[in-house]
Formats: sequence, structure tokens, C-alpha cells
Amino acid sequence: MTETTQISTPPILDLHDISMQFGGITALKGLSYAVPPGIIQAVIGPNGAGKTTLFHCISGLHQPTSGQVLFEGRQISRQPPHRVAGAGISRTFQHVALFKEMTVLENIMVGRHCRTHSGFWATGLRFPGMRSEEKRIREMALSHLEFVGLSDTARLHAGTLPLGKQKILEIARALATDPRLVLLDEPAGGLNMRETEELGELIQRICRSGITVMLVEHDMNLVMEVSDLVLVLHYGEFLAAGSPNEIKDRPEVIEAYLGEA
Amino acid sequence: MGLIYALVAIGYNIVYNVTEIINFAQGEFVMLGGLFAVFFAGTLHLPILITFFAAVAVAGLFGFAMERFVIRNARSTSVMSLTIITLAVSIMLKGTAMLWWGKDPYSLSSFTAGGPILLGGAAIQRQALWVLGVSMLVVFCLTVFFRRSIYGKAMLACADNPSAARMTGIPVRQMVLFSFVMSAAIGAAAGVVITPISLMEYDRGALLGLKGFGAAVLGGLGQFHGALAAGAILGLSEAFCAGYLSSGYKDAVALIMLLLTLFFKPEGLFGSKEAAKLKKF
Amino acid sequence: MNRKDWGIFLGTVLLIGVFPWMVKPFKAVSHYIDVMVFAGIFSLISIGLSMLMGYGGQISLAQAAFFGIGAYSSGILTTHFGLNPWAVMPVGILLAAVVAWLLGIPALRLKGHYLAMATLGFGVIVHIVLNEEVKWTGGPSGMADIPGLAIAGRKLTSEIAYYYLVWTAVFLVLLFCFHVLHSRIGRGLRAIHEEETAAEAMGVPTARLKVQVFVLSAVFAALAGSLYTHYVNCLTPGSFNLMWSIRFMLMVMVGGMQSLWGALLGTVLMTFVGNEWLQVFADFEVLVYGAILLMVVLFLPKGLVSVIAQGFSSHKARPSLSDGSS
Repeated sequence: MTETTQISTPPILDLHDISMQFGGITALKGLSYAVPPGIIQAVIGPNGAGKTTLFHCISGLHQPTSGQVLFEGRQISRQPPHRVAGAGISRTFQHVALFKEMTVLENIMVGRHCRTHSGFWATGLRFPGMRSEEKRIREMALSHLEFVGLSDTARLHAGTLPLGKQKILEIARALATDPRLVLLDEPAGGLNMRETEELGELIQRICRSGITVMLVEHDMNLVMEVSDLVLVLHYGEFLAAGSPNEIKDRPEVIEAYLGEA
Repeated sequence: MGLIYALVAIGYNIVYNVTEIINFAQGEFVMLGGLFAVFFAGTLHLPILITFFAAVAVAGLFGFAMERFVIRNARSTSVMSLTIITLAVSIMLKGTAMLWWGKDPYSLSSFTAGGPILLGGAAIQRQALWVLGVSMLVVFCLTVFFRRSIYGKAMLACADNPSAARMTGIPVRQMVLFSFVMSAAIGAAAGVVITPISLMEYDRGALLGLKGFGAAVLGGLGQFHGALAAGAILGLSEAFCAGYLSSGYKDAVALIMLLLTLFFKPEGLFGSKEAAKLKKF
Repeated sequence: MNRKDWGIFLGTVLLIGVFPWMVKPFKAVSHYIDVMVFAGIFSLISIGLSMLMGYGGQISLAQAAFFGIGAYSSGILTTHFGLNPWAVMPVGILLAAVVAWLLGIPALRLKGHYLAMATLGFGVIVHIVLNEEVKWTGGPSGMADIPGLAIAGRKLTSEIAYYYLVWTAVFLVLLFCFHVLHSRIGRGLRAIHEEETAAEAMGVPTARLKVQVFVLSAVFAALAGSLYTHYVNCLTPGSFNLMWSIRFMLMVMVGGMQSLWGALLGTVLMTFVGNEWLQVFADFEVLVYGAILLMVVLFLPKGLVSVIAQGFSSHKARPSLSDGSS
């Protein structure tokens, strides 16, 4: 965990006054924040604070009612999710959205979709370009599998894995898209202590390989352990931001959490 | 004719309101209503009023059977499965009708005897007035039922959130059953009322069902007064185009409107855009 | 493609190839070959539908309409304009592709019931057009005297010749589809079917792929239409109505939605059933089809293929993988 302050490098993700309304409910209100590149950025807050909604807005699942999301300086707030993925943002889901009937390896291979381009003709007629592409996809998927430590599960159906490994698999799948920013939505949910520790190590390894990580988490130990910066949301609004040590002693943060319980 | 579409649309709306299912067999209930009425009146020589209620009751029974035996047992309630199931039932109903009644169209005598009534230069068939009357009555009763009575509101709750409804003691299963019966009955009523004007045969269910669905979507799925308005619009457009196009193409008009609505304005004229987003399109 | 699929493929090719000779000693040989020709033509449609339903996860009740577009294009262009049937085939296919694309873009944004209704509506509209445009299509009584196909100057008049032609097409299409399924496109489709949101988040352009699969199914249906036209040499709109779309769906579901082999099996089965029993049970046909469809959805959602696969896997002690996906 480092406490460096990056001032000179431009932020990898820039949130400008994001608001998100669903009918009568305001999930996000006027949120502005800049995420510096190359760090692990945690997003915390009591339930209903809008954390997952924020991830949905960033990854393109929702279009913010107002405001802009800038990724590496480019507007992505109105882009459909697959373009956001192509631009370099990937994510996992709170409720593990794996392709359960496909094998572990195939799940990761899907992640390569946005980096490859054989179409119906090329695949149907098996052009040579497509064949070498397939080989590369497979190799890269295997290497990602190895990176997260699940190599021995390649041929199993994703649905048969225990929850802990499923969560890790989802991360591997997200990594396969070659992202520069990856959003992890409650990756520690349902994991025991040992698995959470391994998760922490994995997250740090991801960050060291040059990918910026954004993390929504309820497990405060994990957050304190791995994050470089923490953003606190409350009722969809910005509450506080800073390093983990700074945040944890702030009275308004404590009140937000205790007040909710 | 537009009112018939409206009635069919209302049938769709009821089932949809309670279960979020689109019942493909809705059109077949209309057909059954008409043909059973023919049976009761023509073969059994029952007076017209009894015929009406008898046919409606029988159709209601079919609706009951459909829900009780088929829908309830659907193991995988995936959307695709349910769609195919209602489709299958509608085919079975059509097939049965074909066996029983053959392929010929049947007629029913008008409810009240007498020639057309002249109204401001236009000749309106007496039966058309019956159509109008019955439709209005149905819509009125339904609106009151769903808006005012506890039972009606409970049914709406079921569509919104079946688990929550169950927990507050609403018997969801019965509601679903009732909704099927009701929509079948209404469809049948439409069938009985229209048969004196435009005959009825085993085949009419599908097209009527489609057009009725068009009215349902156009009016906003789930909105009763919308269904009425949409039915009127569709009926009028059809009649209008019948003057210019051949009779076959007139059928296409309603269908094209259905497609256009689905594509570009799925919440219909009276639904709200947000409500449409919340529903699973 | 793995070894198991290749095995089944070659086995089936062999079976189909040998079939006419096997049936020769029996008197009704011509009759069965004729049925198999139709089975082959319908298989083209059901393979496309299987791709769409089983892998793309979309319902379509418009297949008969695309079948009709291909058929009537071939019919009209060869009779009214006297063009070469082979040259005309791509036109019907292209037309179907364009229509499917135009229809698919808005339609495939809809889900479940709504998509079904939209395709149903479209199918009925096409049927109406075929009935109404008497000048071109001959209306309800249809067209007759449509020329057959000729290869290298020699007319294909025998059923056996047509049999081999159609089934060659089927196997080529099957091969094409298997290749697609075992590639990034196939994985993308399966991903969409399972978890559409996640697939989209991983970069799979869901809307585009769905339309593409829809177009693919339309193309195969149109191809089938052209082959059909030149085989029976006449056309009536009655062969392209809603009931037919439902029949095709039934063929796919009986065999197994998620398996191309299932589509093939279901088609051959239902074609024989339809043909044999049609004589006896003509009046019951609609009812029976409805009943079968209902039974299949309720009790055998994965089709006959799943029953067969289970039979095999109880011999081997391995978890069974479903056909067509590995």
C-alpha cells in the first residue's frame, strides 16, 4: 500500500457531476471524482449508496441522467457496454455473472472477443487468419488462467466451481479483455478469510501489472489492506476521499456507517 | 370492429397485469366464444341471452383449464418456454375447433331483430350497437373492479411482485387462475357479439389475436382505457384502408401498426416510457 | 471441431449417402426418397432456426416467411423473366438477408413474447402479400410450371439427383455452422444466451450478433425456398403460412434446441411423421402438433437429443457435454 499522490499524471477516469435517476429514485447525485492511473481505488459506503450504480454508469450499462464519464480523456458515458469494453474498461459483477454452461477456459476466451475480429464468414469457412486467431485466443486465455492460479480447472464447466473460484474466474475473464481499468464489484462477497487474502494478493498483482483497479467492497479489512485511495459515497453523493488511513478516522464516514446500522 | 380488438386487447392486458405473460391463446378464446354461441343457439336453440352467458362461461372454463393444467405445471418458466406454451395451447384449441366444427364459417342471428338504424345519414347495424354496448359495459366493470375493489387491486399487486404479494396473504395462484378465466370470458364475449356481423370460423383466432395484441401494445400494455382507444384507432384505420386497398391488405394494416409500435414506441400511446423500461421488453 | 462431432458427422453423411440404395429393394422406395428430399430442405431451415433459438436465444416465427421469400423469388424470376434458376438463387437469398437485417435491427431489441409477436406479425404480413399480389405470385392458387434445376446442361429430374443435391447443401451448411459455433462467434452467441449483460460487458456486441444470426437463419431459409421451388415446380402461399413457421419450430424443439444434430433429427422425424400420418390424421394434424409442442416444452425441453446423450453417458463414466458445444 503506497501513499503517493499523483499530481502530474492525468487521471485515468474522470467523473464529472454524475447523476443517475430511476423514476422517482436518485441513485447518484452530482458525483465528481478523478481516479489517478496505476492505483487501487476503493469505493465504499453503506448499502444503497450507489456504488454498483456508479459501476454500471462507468461500464455503460446505464446512461447517467446527467454528467459525463471520461476515460483517458475520452467521453464514454453514452457508449454501449461493448464499446466501453473495447476502450479498455472491464468489470466483474456482484452476483457472479459467469457463463455457467461453458467451460472455464471458454469463459475467459469470451473475454478476448473485443480484441479479435473474425466474423461469420471467416469462422464459418475457417479462413487461415481465423485459425491462427483462435490459437492465440486459446493461448492468451490459458495464460490468464495461470495468472489467477486456476490452471487445473480449464476443462470444467464454470457452474461446477465453488464460489471462491468462480469469483476468481470472473476476474480472469475481465482481464482477458486487456483492460487498463478493471472494476471489481464486491469480489470478496461470500469468500472466507483465506480466499479473501488470496484475492487481496491477486488484486495487488493486477495493479502491479499496470492495470488500474476500482473496487467496491464491504470487507473493510481488505479495503484497508490493498487500497491506495478510498472514495466514500453516501446516498449517492460524494462524502469523502483520501488514503485509507485518512478516511477511517473521519467522523462523517463513521457516522454514515454507524448511522445506517 | 375496433371494439372487438379492444376487447381482445383487454383480455391480454388482464393476464399481463397479473402475470406478465402474453397469452397467445387469447385470440382463440374469441373464436371459441363465437363458435360455442353458434352451438348453443343453433344446435340447442337456446335463447340469445342464455347463449351469450353460456358461451362466455364455457370459454371461461377453457381459460381455467389452460391455467390449471398447463401453465401451472410449466417446469422451466423461461420466457421462451412460456411463449411457446401459450402458442402450443392456442394451436391445440384451433385444432380441436377444426375437428368439432369443420372449416366452414358459421353465423349467428343478430341479438335484436330489425334492419339497420339510421343515424345521421349512416346506417348502423343493430348488432354493432350491441358490440358497442357490451364493450362499454365490460370496460366499465373492469375499471371499477381493478381500481376500486380490493380483489382487483390484489390482482395488480401480483403482477408487480408475486413474492411480496404472496407474503401479504394474497393467493397468487388463484389470482392467476382468475385472470385467465376473466380474459377468456371477455374474449368469448367479444366472439359472441361479433359473430352475427362477421361470422366465425375455426381459423379466425390467430389473426384476431394478433390484431388484439396490436391494440394492447398500441394502447400501452396494461392500460385498459388505452386498449379501448387503441382498438378504436386500429378499427378505424382498417376501415379507412379497406376503401383503398384490397381486403387482404386491410388485415396487414393492423399488423404493420403493431410492428411499428413494438419497434418504435413499445410503451404505446398511454403507457409511460419509464414504466416500459421497468417491464421486461 | 472435436473428434466426437466429426464422428457423428461422417456417420451421418454415410447414412444419408447410402440410404437410397438401402431402400431400393422395397417397393415404396421412390416415396421415401421424396420424403427425405423434403426433410433435407426443411433441415436447412431448422438448422438456421436452431442457431437462432438454441444459440442466439431468440424466438422467430418468421422462418416460413423467409422460406417463402426465397421460394417466390426463384419462382417469379424464373417464370416471369425466364432467368436461369441458378443465377436467380442468390437474388432470393440476398433479398431475404436484407429484409431480415432491416427487420432484425428493431425487432431483436425486443425480448421473448414481443419478439415472437413481431416475427409472427411479419410472417403473416408476408403471407398476405403473397396472397394479394396476384399479378406476380398468382395469388392463392399460386404459380405452376416452374422450371427445374440443371447441372452442366443436364436437367435434374429424378428424385435421387435432387436428394443428393439437397443433402449436400445440408452438410455444407452444417459444416459452416459447426465452424461458427466452435469459434469466437459461437462463444459470443452462447454467452449472450446465458448472461447477456455480462457478455456485453466483456465486449460482445450483442445487438449486432443477434441480428447477424437472424440474418443467417433467414439466408438458410431462403436457400431452402429456392431448392423447394425447383423441386416441386409450383408454389402456393399455403406452404408459407404461420402453421409452417410453427412446424419448423416444432422440428427444432423436438430434436433439441441447443444442438444442430437435434434440429436435423427433429426435422427428419417430424417430416416422416407429417407425411405418413397426414393421410390418416389430416384433421387431427393441427391438434396433434400443438399437443406435441406442448409436451416437448413441458417435459422434454432439451429435446430428444438430450435423451440420447444421456443414454450414451450412462455407459461412459464422464460428465456429459451437450452436443455441438465443446
